[in-house]
Amino acid sequence: MFPFNFEWVWDIAHVIFFGALWYSLAILGAGMAFVIVKSAMDTMNDSGEPHH
Amino acid sequence: MIQDKKEHKFGMVIDLDKCTGCGSCMVSCMSENNIPFKEDESRKKDSITWMRVYKLTNGKSFPDIQIAYLPRPCQHCSGKGGHGHSPCVSVCPATATDYGYDTGIVSQIYTRCFGCRYCMGACPYHARYFNWWDPEWPAGQEKYLSPNVSPRMRGVVEKCSLCYHRYQAARDKAYYEGRDDIEESEYQTACTTACPAGAIVFGDLNDPSHMVHQIVKPDPHPDPMNKYVVDKSRNPKVFRLLERLGTNTKIYYLSEREWVRKAGDNYLDGEWDKVKNHHGSSSK
Amino acid sequence: MDSALIPEGADRCSFPKFAIGICIVGAVALWGVYAMFLCWFKGLNQTNMNDYYGFALWIWADLAVIAVGGGAFFTGLLKYIFNVDELKNIINFAVIIGFICYSSALLILAIDIGQPLRGWFIFWHANVHSMLTEVAFCLSCYFAVLTIEFIPNLLENRQANKVPFFRHLAHNMHGVMAIFAATGAFLSFFHQGSLGGVAGVMYGRPFAVREGLLIWPWTFFLFTWSAAAFGPCFTLLVTWITEVVTGKKLVKDNVVHLLAKISGWMITTYIIAKIIDTIYWAYVTAPSLGFKMSHFYTNNSFYGYWILITEIVVCGVIPGILLLNKSTRENSTTRWIAIVLGVIGVCLNRWVMVLQIMAVPVMSFDTWALYVPSWQEVATTVLPVAYGIIFIAITYRYLPVFPQERELNHTKLEQ
Repeated sequence: MFPFNFEWVWDIAHVIFFGALWYSLAILGAGMAFVIVKSAMDTMNDSGEPHH
Repeated sequence: MIQDKKEHKFGMVIDLDKCTGCGSCMVSCMSENNIPFKEDESRKKDSITWMRVYKLTNGKSFPDIQIAYLPRPCQHCSGKGGHGHSPCVSVCPATATDYGYDTGIVSQIYTRCFGCRYCMGACPYHARYFNWWDPEWPAGQEKYLSPNVSPRMRGVVEKCSLCYHRYQAARDKAYYEGRDDIEESEYQTACTTACPAGAIVFGDLNDPSHMVHQIVKPDPHPDPMNKYVVDKSRNPKVFRLLERLGTNTKIYYLSEREWVRKAGDNYLDGEWDKVKNHHGSSSK
Repeated sequence: MDSALIPEGADRCSFPKFAIGICIVGAVALWGVYAMFLCWFKGLNQTNMNDYYGFALWIWADLAVIAVGGGAFFTGLLKYIFNVDELKNIINFAVIIGFICYSSALLILAIDIGQPLRGWFIFWHANVHSMLTEVAFCLSCYFAVLTIEFIPNLLENRQANKVPFFRHLAHNMHGVMAIFAATGAFLSFFHQGSLGGVAGVMYGRPFAVREGLLIWPWTFFLFTWSAAAFGPCFTLLVTWITEVVTGKKLVKDNVVHLLAKISGWMITTYIIAKIIDTIYWAYVTAPSLGFKMSHFYTNNSFYGYWILITEIVVCGVIPGILLLNKSTRENSTTRWIAIVLGVIGVCLNRWVMVLQIMAVPVMSFDTWALYVPSWQEVATTVLPVAYGIIFIAITYRYLPVFPQERELNHTKLEQ
């Protein structure tokens, strides 16, 4: 799973497989981080204004 | 550690005309490799038998009936084209079974296996066994277990290792004595040494001085009729199990009897007659 | 009693009635949980699997729930990537069904492996050449996607939505859902496919093996295609069951017809590919290995040609035609026949690709191996069904799952 696992080899199969995996995880992680931060900011902006 | 100067390819040839079906190979294998017992051994489909003897008949009735016994260890497939992608090795998700390019032996790492059993599904020889129970031996017998072979835990797959521990011991001895390589007689599997009929011949298929090589005469070129088949025997009496699938096993069988050789593979109607005289059971 | 949690304007049964229902299904689930713990603590000797049948009922159930759960990724793909807007009225439910299917699949895998505590080895010591590794990675990642897709619906619960952060989170997640849906579709393509690849790469098993494209056998593409084709059928089936149980119309007919039409096209194209694949396998692949097609369907007491005909014609060609044809698609009786047949068909395909493979002898002197599951296997296979019913009951009760529910039941509520 990681380059420090002893069965890891720097070959095309590992690069494609784990490349796709980490890329997908990065998209999911970054997407979630973005919405959480944005929601937190929106909430803080709300609290500064009176409720509609 | 000895750096091997050459690549070995350990394998065996079993003379089915000599095999009497006595089962000594099975017993010696179980004893050598610490194979546990079940409380009820009547359900054979979940009993562990690294070496299993099959009974074959020619399907005829008396007085024409003939019987052959076929001992079946793990076939140590080198996979399509002989590249080491055995049916089981290529599917194991956790790299718990591996192909030794220096020995041709398919290993099983018990502590790595998590018991998904995909390798068992992929193996057409049923050479792989799952530990459905915790290993148990009759009282007192555990004191006589071999210290060179680790017993396996419940929930993992195991199979014949071609007595790999004996190979390690032979290499250790050679190293101690300052030799580069081991002799043919120094590494023999338990089943080979136990067979009273001398039906099993074990050795390095790559070494022309070894008897197994002389009997099998493996063809260094791929089969012209099936590019996936390599190391086909040039001895017309020698065949392999399911050779047409391209598994490229290293366990060869020998028989003078045509029906026995035919039983080694599957043929469409009329196919066998066309291929039977092309060294062994042809591939396509 | 729990009215504060029930979506505004929605009509739900009384809490005691709901609780009794949950208890009845819960009892079945407990039976499954008991069997699950038996398997974990005593080992897989609790099953009737053996060294011939290393893959059995669970793996079939696993493949089947993943196939029918394919409705989530395909509906998501259509809604968020191809902008088929009507599907917004069923996407929440498709995601919930997908979530149930995938969580069940992961649970089944956790019971199925011989050393459950070593399950993480599949990630840590991954063999990238194994189809099962690809399945495990994509399955887990896609389950994460489904969880993400489910969160906004969860946050729309009346009480949760009062919390400003949750309200914003649900809103913002909807905003970027297309990215998650695209990632989900990518992951689904690979794990659905690699489940097919699991069978197709077994070149020691002539019943399973297929030629293919690069490293992927044809079964890879057939599995992905069939999941996308039959998954929506299952979404529609569960929607219909929910409508019957609740006695309410929850999704408008035009949405149902649209999804059924898409499913019909997918099933028809899939079944054409499947027929070509079967013919090629029967007349080229298997004979080249020394096997006649009759070898796989005769000389045993269960697997006959009936299973092939049922899978491809009765549960493939027929539902495809019924859903393609406008009049049979819009007639509720023929539509439901098609949908039920379709769901049976994809499950039967997965059965064949797991259990029949194990049953067929390969060595000429070997015999057919038949197998009957133990009660522990049956109980753990029923467990996901019970869990699914409870999950749907709770989500339906407390979350605004069906956007059209109020509109469709407005008159009834006013009376």
